[in-house]
Amino acid sequence: MARTLSLIVLMLVLWLVMSGHGELWLLALGGASAVLVAWIARRLDSVDHEGHPLHLTWRGLGYWPWLAVEIVKANLDVARTILAGPDAVTPAVFTVKASQSDDLGRTIYANSITLTPGTVTMGVDDDGTLTIHALNAGAREGLETGDMDRRVRTLMGEA
Amino acid sequence: MSLILDTLSWALILGGSGFVLIGTLGLLRLPDVFTRLHGAGMTDTMGAGLLVLGMLLQSPDWLVAVKLVLIVVFLAFTSPMTSHALARAAILDGIKPWLRDSGKGGAQ
Repeated sequence: MARTLSLIVLMLVLWLVMSGHGELWLLALGGASAVLVAWIARRLDSVDHEGHPLHLTWRGLGYWPWLAVEIVKANLDVARTILAGPDAVTPAVFTVKASQSDDLGRTIYANSITLTPGTVTMGVDDDGTLTIHALNAGAREGLETGDMDRRVRTLMGEA
Repeated sequence: MSLILDTLSWALILGGSGFVLIGTLGLLRLPDVFTRLHGAGMTDTMGAGLLVLGMLLQSPDWLVAVKLVLIVVFLAFTSPMTSHALARAAILDGIKPWLRDSGKGGAQ
């Protein structure tokens, strides 16, 4: 129930910042739409720990900025590689283990890998083995330290 | 004050454009679909990010600013999905990643 309520509040806030209207009549319409969508989402069974991961909010404040810095570093590395020409490209396909305990954690890890330029998740196995394509050796080594895997586990509250 | 903001904003926008340009260059000169994905990944992370940051400094009010930030948020959630879907489609279609030592695969 708390999840549904927070979804309604979140969507009302989203409606407010998208429309910019503060009049009571329009506000009531926005509120009604938020409630309607939350009701439909509930009927679709999508207001759970995956569809609306409210529990990640606070720990996410630590993870997302770290990921942003990693993305910037990876961007500079990929830019250097591209500018250096075709000889600098040493692609590799390898696997890493996603040690998160549930699908949400693994998805966040796999998507974080893909979002970071230089590494793309090509496949996910049921046992949490991710198949990765890396643009160069540096990107591969960075991933094999397992740092990101650990941080996603911390985000999920598992470590 | 507005001169400093304008300069900073333009520096960010030019920087973002630079990353989009390099990403596109990568898209053209990298050897196969998988390596090209990495080039494309640059345009919607650093490219779009710096462009939006530069535009944020020019936004007339906070409503526009929030919308700009939301663009980056939605990109952060959707772009890895599309990259992954593309890579997976290529794998399922039987395309072998180009590797330096094998000399096989590639764009052809």
